Amino acid sequence: MTRTDTRVGPVEARPALGPARPFWTSRRRDQLTGYLFVTPQLLGSVVFVILPLILVVWYSLHEWNVLAGTFDFVGTDNYRALAADPNLGAVLRATGLFSVGLVVLNLGLALLLAVLLNQKLRGTILFRTVFFSPVVVSLVAWTIVWGFLLQDNGGVNGLLDTMGVDGPNWLRGEGTAMLSVIVVQAFKNVGLNMVLFLAALQGVPAELYEAAEMDGASRMRQFRRITVPLISPTILLTSIITVVGSLQVFAQIAVLTQGGPGASTTVLVYYLYQQAFQFHHFGYGATLSIMLFVIVLALTVLQWQMRKRWVFHES
Amino acid sequence: MSRDLSRRAKLAFYGALLVLAIPFVFPTWWMVTSSLKPVADIFAFPPQLLPVNPRLDAYRRVFELQPFGQQYVNSLYIALVVTVGTLAVSALAGYAFARIRFRGQNLLFLVVLAGLLIPSEVTIVPLFQMFFKLGLIDTHWPLIVVPIFGAPSVLATFIMRQFFISLPDELEEAARVDGLGRFATFWRIALPLSRPALGAVAIFTFLHSWNLYLEPIVFLSSPEKFTLPQALTQFVDAYGGPMWDVQLAAASMTALPVLVVFVIAQKQFVEGLAHTGLKG
Repeated sequence: MTRTDTRVGPVEARPALGPARPFWTSRRRDQLTGYLFVTPQLLGSVVFVILPLILVVWYSLHEWNVLAGTFDFVGTDNYRALAADPNLGAVLRATGLFSVGLVVLNLGLALLLAVLLNQKLRGTILFRTVFFSPVVVSLVAWTIVWGFLLQDNGGVNGLLDTMGVDGPNWLRGEGTAMLSVIVVQAFKNVGLNMVLFLAALQGVPAELYEAAEMDGASRMRQFRRITVPLISPTILLTSIITVVGSLQVFAQIAVLTQGGPGASTTVLVYYLYQQAFQFHHFGYGATLSIMLFVIVLALTVLQWQMRKRWVFHES
Repeated sequence: MSRDLSRRAKLAFYGALLVLAIPFVFPTWWMVTSSLKPVADIFAFPPQLLPVNPRLDAYRRVFELQPFGQQYVNSLYIALVVTVGTLAVSALAGYAFARIRFRGQNLLFLVVLAGLLIPSEVTIVPLFQMFFKLGLIDTHWPLIVVPIFGAPSVLATFIMRQFFISLPDELEEAARVDGLGRFATFWRIALPLSRPALGAVAIFTFLHSWNLYLEPIVFLSSPEKFTLPQALTQFVDAYGGPMWDVQLAAASMTALPVLVVFVIAQKQFVEGLAHTGLKG
């Protein structure tokens, strides 16, 4: 299209140009626009995602001493060191415990809250606002407040005391520290999953419940046989989001427990941070990054495969 | 399950909702009230649900101990720049992937989508090295350009693409018949229609930037460049113990403004994010 063509002249002059059509056809211009539009995102993905991913593989094959300024190829030494790392068991155990605990607590609580809010009750908007509000509160601020509440003489034990229960020192106990981190994180983000469940619940046709009621099915049975299967795509989606998110937990650990007591809350990303940025073992940090990547990838693929088995329908 | 409930069932449901609300409301309440108490009263037993001698001393000390005003400005301007930048990048790319046909489109889209699978923690070591070589450590650049162009904006691009796909073809055809070029069609027709998606992307991008913690502590070292989450953890005494009244005052000032905005605009927030989650 030659929209800028404002020549005033004989129209017959054109065919004289012969078969040479203008290079910038509207189709070509459209293609060019397409490339221009995706360029910022594409360059960003290459420079800040793909290239660093290649570099992290490269770094993991090197011993990197920042202070001495050396960068030596060591082959698979870092991977062998990883396999022999005495902390690895504890780190993987903490990571797994956190993920499993968070998914169970977060999804269970989200579903419970969504079902409660899906009833014909006044004030559900107010409660929805309350349950959702921690999502928008700054993560570190939320964690600091819980750290304050969970101290030995903090608010939680104060509340328990008034009920005559002697609470433990939550953040300093081997067993209770992990539990505390999971609970703090679950309350922070459960609102997001709750909203997704609520939207899914509202999509379940009421006739199904009416029919089941006539057949004399109990509420519990209706929930198991109708609600859960019909919202299973949302359960899959939220579980993927929650599992992948749980593997990235860092601020909560850094603020609440610093990985302790012992290594009981040293999850993978916290360990990666310690190795790379506190002990300056960049090569080893890169190796841990790759382990994190492989775990995230494997879990995502696994959950995607599992959808065939337990997701009722896909739209 | 929206069926009419008996009186008894209603009472049971309200009771359950009220009990469940405690861990969501109590922390914020305890944060704000404790920040107004003298240190001695913070751990008083029995706990004071309302401060007996309220005072603003901790709020004054927040600004004395750290350049808190500057840190506030840092967080705010970084989050705003990242939000506007992400909107621009993701709207353009999302539109092109949804509505323009060009060679290699699917392959390029796959390259971009890879960012969804790779947590930013995986790439933090090489990103640190890249910015170190560029001399950009202890500047705000890594906190701005990586979110706008890198992995965090990929989700935004995906959401925008899903939205643009759902626009009816007739709208654009009409625009083309009227002589609008591609950019004008995008800018004057598609973009104004995509407000709900832009709103959702803006909200989660802002919150994501506002909450970042690992990246700031890796990339920044001077207190006057810190962002709020990072600054909050720095209010410690000579022995490394937290100065609770000051930490809670700073945490209140960080959390409350966003909370107030949320309560006013909660419908847009909740529905925007629900929409995003379902589509994404």
